Amino acid sequence: MTGPLAIIVPVLAAIGLMLLNGVVLIYMLRKVLGHLHLRIGPAHVGPKGMLQTVADVLKLLSKEDVRPAGVDRWLYVLAPIFVFAPSLMAYAAIPFSETLRITRLETGLLYTFAVLSLVPLGMIMAGWASANKWSLIGAMRAAAQQIAYEVPLLLSVLPVVMIVGSLDLADIVAFQTGMWWGLVPRWFILLLLPSFVLFLIAALCELNQTPFDMSEAESELVAGFATEYSSMRFGLIFLAEFSNSFVMSALAVTVFFGGWTLPFVPESLTAPIAPIIFVAKTYIGIFFLMWVRGTLPRVRIDQLMNLGWKWLIPAGLAWLMIVGFVVKLAAPGGVV
Amino acid sequence: MTTDYLILGAFVIAGIVFPVVTVTVSNILSHQKPLPEKSRIYECGVEPIGPPWVQFRIGYYIYALMFVVFDIETVFLYPWALVFGRLGPFILVEMAVFVGILVLGLLYAWKEGALEWR
Repeated sequence: MTGPLAIIVPVLAAIGLMLLNGVVLIYMLRKVLGHLHLRIGPAHVGPKGMLQTVADVLKLLSKEDVRPAGVDRWLYVLAPIFVFAPSLMAYAAIPFSETLRITRLETGLLYTFAVLSLVPLGMIMAGWASANKWSLIGAMRAAAQQIAYEVPLLLSVLPVVMIVGSLDLADIVAFQTGMWWGLVPRWFILLLLPSFVLFLIAALCELNQTPFDMSEAESELVAGFATEYSSMRFGLIFLAEFSNSFVMSALAVTVFFGGWTLPFVPESLTAPIAPIIFVAKTYIGIFFLMWVRGTLPRVRIDQLMNLGWKWLIPAGLAWLMIVGFVVKLAAPGGVV
Repeated sequence: MTTDYLILGAFVIAGIVFPVVTVTVSNILSHQKPLPEKSRIYECGVEPIGPPWVQFRIGYYIYALMFVVFDIETVFLYPWALVFGRLGPFILVEMAVFVGILVLGLLYAWKEGALEWR
């Protein structure tokens, strides 16, 4: 592909993927949570309730767009865009396979984190503009926890960057292909387990996921910063949230679980279905998020802040120095 | 490489255009019937007391200030991590000094009570 098509097609593909993810993930969430609660979840629209989300999207599209009196008009209108645009942009660097990538950014890892860190901006805009105290509290909590856990999140992948020596997500996957001594997969989760634990906790918090979902604690804050949004504006915020969990899970798969590769299987077999492997792994990650959501209770905000600032950041820095020391001890001249 | 950055630019545009288009389509499809009751702030039917934009708990701003310091620090660590494998052991000492100063800062903030939720 050359010319304008080479630019338009990837963007349309990303939008399509995002919408598809939204529809599938909402159905999946309701089904998984249903079964975790010993219910059956959506069951009436379509076979096994599969068309439920499609019906919901159509319903959202045809709902009245209620804009309460007294809102900050410009911020209120702009906020869903500020929530949506970064989560669409986050798809740009994900490597679905060696060849199937939207862009080949050399700084893919940093880019994805940078884009995801824009999300709290939209949330705080939405919460502030809504002229509702619930929204404001929700937005403040969301912003506070997302910025508190962004530091551990960035720290958690630093050891990976140190060992691989590249920020290109495809290079990180390439490093993880193959096995050690023909027995152990070269996945970073096995090599750098503490990094993954840090990443997991920080990612749950970045996604406003249970046990860190204070920002939209339904029992106290109605729907957090999105309380005053209705119709498609609410739909966009919701879509961005689900899409972010896909992106975060895809990052975890790329950085810690060997991306599009499989251990024990020769590469000639996995290469043709690499994107399928990648998406399947990502969905397993999302299933794990939903499982956590159906299992754990919510923590208090002071506990959350203490955990982030007093435990995760010092632990992240200490682990970074330990990895640096061990790597230099094992290979003083450099690993690359 | 330039195509990649053009695609990123297109992503920004699409991220703005897509919400505008969907909201417009939804507004055309839906039946708009504004009522004074409907446009009230959601407060479970209770009249809101006082202005919505209240002064907020100061603790959040302290955390925000701390965040700025540590986030920039972490971003500075990325170029270091990138060249880590290519340079000799001295790179570790340099970073120990950098991280050490920041840990001192964190300990100071901790001692001053900036990390306590009040």
